[in-house]
Amino acid sequence: MDPYVKTVVSEELPVAEELKIKKLVVGSGDGPRVCIITGIHGDELEGQYVCFEMARRLRASPEAVKGTVEIWPAINPLGVDSVCRGIPTFDLDMNRIFPGSYDGHMVERVANQVVDDLAGADMVVDIHSSNVFLYEMPQARISQMTAQRLMPFAKLLNLDFIWVHEAATVLQSTIAHSLNSLGTPTLVVEMGIGMRITQEYGDRLVAGLFNLLAKMGVWGAIPVPASVSSPLVSTDGEVTMINSPFSGVVVNTAPHSSWVKPGAVLCQVVSPLTGDVLADVKSPVEGLLFTQRGYPVVYEGSLIARIFSPNRKSN
Amino acid sequence: MERIEILRMKSPFRDDFVIHGFHFGGPKKTVAIVGPMRGDEAQQLFVASQIVKNLTHLERQGRVSNELGILVIPTVNSFSLNVHKRFWAMDNTDINRMFPGYDQGETTQRIAAALFEAVKGYAWGVQLASYYLSGNFTPHVRVMRTGYEDAAAAEAFGLPYVCRYDPAPFDTVVLNYNWQIFGTRAYSLYSGSTDVLSHDMAKLSWQAVIRFLNSIKAVSAPLHPGSRSLVFAADELQTVTSQQAGVLYNRVAVGQYVRKDDQLATILDPFTGEQLQSLTSPADGVVFFAHTKPLVHQHSRAFQILPFHS
Repeated sequence: MDPYVKTVVSEELPVAEELKIKKLVVGSGDGPRVCIITGIHGDELEGQYVCFEMARRLRASPEAVKGTVEIWPAINPLGVDSVCRGIPTFDLDMNRIFPGSYDGHMVERVANQVVDDLAGADMVVDIHSSNVFLYEMPQARISQMTAQRLMPFAKLLNLDFIWVHEAATVLQSTIAHSLNSLGTPTLVVEMGIGMRITQEYGDRLVAGLFNLLAKMGVWGAIPVPASVSSPLVSTDGEVTMINSPFSGVVVNTAPHSSWVKPGAVLCQVVSPLTGDVLADVKSPVEGLLFTQRGYPVVYEGSLIARIFSPNRKSN
Repeated sequence: MERIEILRMKSPFRDDFVIHGFHFGGPKKTVAIVGPMRGDEAQQLFVASQIVKNLTHLERQGRVSNELGILVIPTVNSFSLNVHKRFWAMDNTDINRMFPGYDQGETTQRIAAALFEAVKGYAWGVQLASYYLSGNFTPHVRVMRTGYEDAAAAEAFGLPYVCRYDPAPFDTVVLNYNWQIFGTRAYSLYSGSTDVLSHDMAKLSWQAVIRFLNSIKAVSAPLHPGSRSLVFAADELQTVTSQQAGVLYNRVAVGQYVRKDDQLATILDPFTGEQLQSLTSPADGVVFFAHTKPLVHQHSRAFQILPFHS
């Protein structure tokens, strides 16, 4: 038994197996508690590399942890282990059932136990990787309601962008909303794309997380990054969504994370059957191409890009 | 009957995606009936098809109002039905989490927007719905409590049960909620099963819809007046939970009356067949919901019993 590994949830499955949610706990417990969580969506794997690096480095210098750091690689272990975004057999998005209910159905009970265990932490960072369709620059997503409290922490994470979004009722069932409502500050990080690991982004976030730990007084060892990036903040501009005008296959032309001018061709939508170019999709604005289509097959309406334009705001 | 096309969309490699509608009766937007939005709702598709068949028959007999209009949309998601996927086959999003929709948004937002545009403004709306957990319900009507609901009118379906429930956060983006917000009296009709046909429960369901149409004089059909409905709140249901995981050996069916402590099912060890748990009824009542998968997880909702009070 690894003394650092704790089992938070254990539920019987029908045939000789238990669903277990495990966490690595490093530190003395005397001081702030920071939890790094990921794997709510089973097809989002960018957080796996981050967890690995965090666990490796923390275990190499446990005496440097002044407080507690927890690493949760798989909130939805059945999903991560079976290439399933939701919870297998339930066909549910796990990030729509929080805070759950201890007396509810198994998935609701599991969600409730996870929230119950995380509640009271001084910071939770929930790492996502968009989905299998979209490739994202490293960014934090925070709701308007929590922006004032969380913004200073989000800026420590070595990210490119902080997106402050409107509060939507449907998002009240996410783990971040549930924990923030309980007074447990929780940041959501989105980066990369589903089913892949983008090591460069992972290394950047790991540096950002150690920076966060250091600034919170949880990490007292070297290396702490000398400086981290200064992210753009969505409230200083406007996000433009670009949806595919046709069904077909997307061939990207503009590089991801590039600065684009109005009229720049972002991608083409093509027909592999006829050889026709169905559309040149052009940028309507100038700005940073921070979201780009990764999965080429699209329907009418499929999101293919998001561009952030600083100093530009809609009425 | 007029067959109409509500939405046509090109797909990358498949045939065109089309939402079909069937309009009966007059021009006044009176009742819209929406079939499956999910690809596993074969029972709901069957019910919708029987509604179309019966309305066609009634129309031939001159029994459909010339003033009041009825729109039936047998399915909103033929693409997922055809490939046995529950949600939108391309990106696994749920159309019934996209309302009121957005015609410049993502694909399923556009589908929801097109559907909502077609069914908005009707006086009554009926969705042939399924539950998020796998299992069977006794056929019933559900009414979401939004402050705009009309639970009394739900009794006109003549089904034995009408269930009132409070919306959860995700309900703000489902069809039923948005219908109500936009002034339609909306009901969800649960017709027993989902991915298997249950003929008797399907018949109860489509007859209930025709009965409802009778009650508002949209049709004039010779039909039994139905049951006097028991109207109850969802939190009155008593849940029976599996304390062990294993093989679920059911001994009762939905709709069956049970007494307190009657055995509902046993959970068996999947290797030895030994009994791990006996599930019993917590009350005198009716089996309202039953888990139907043969294997059950620990702490799962195996049954819901609606207790009868003297």
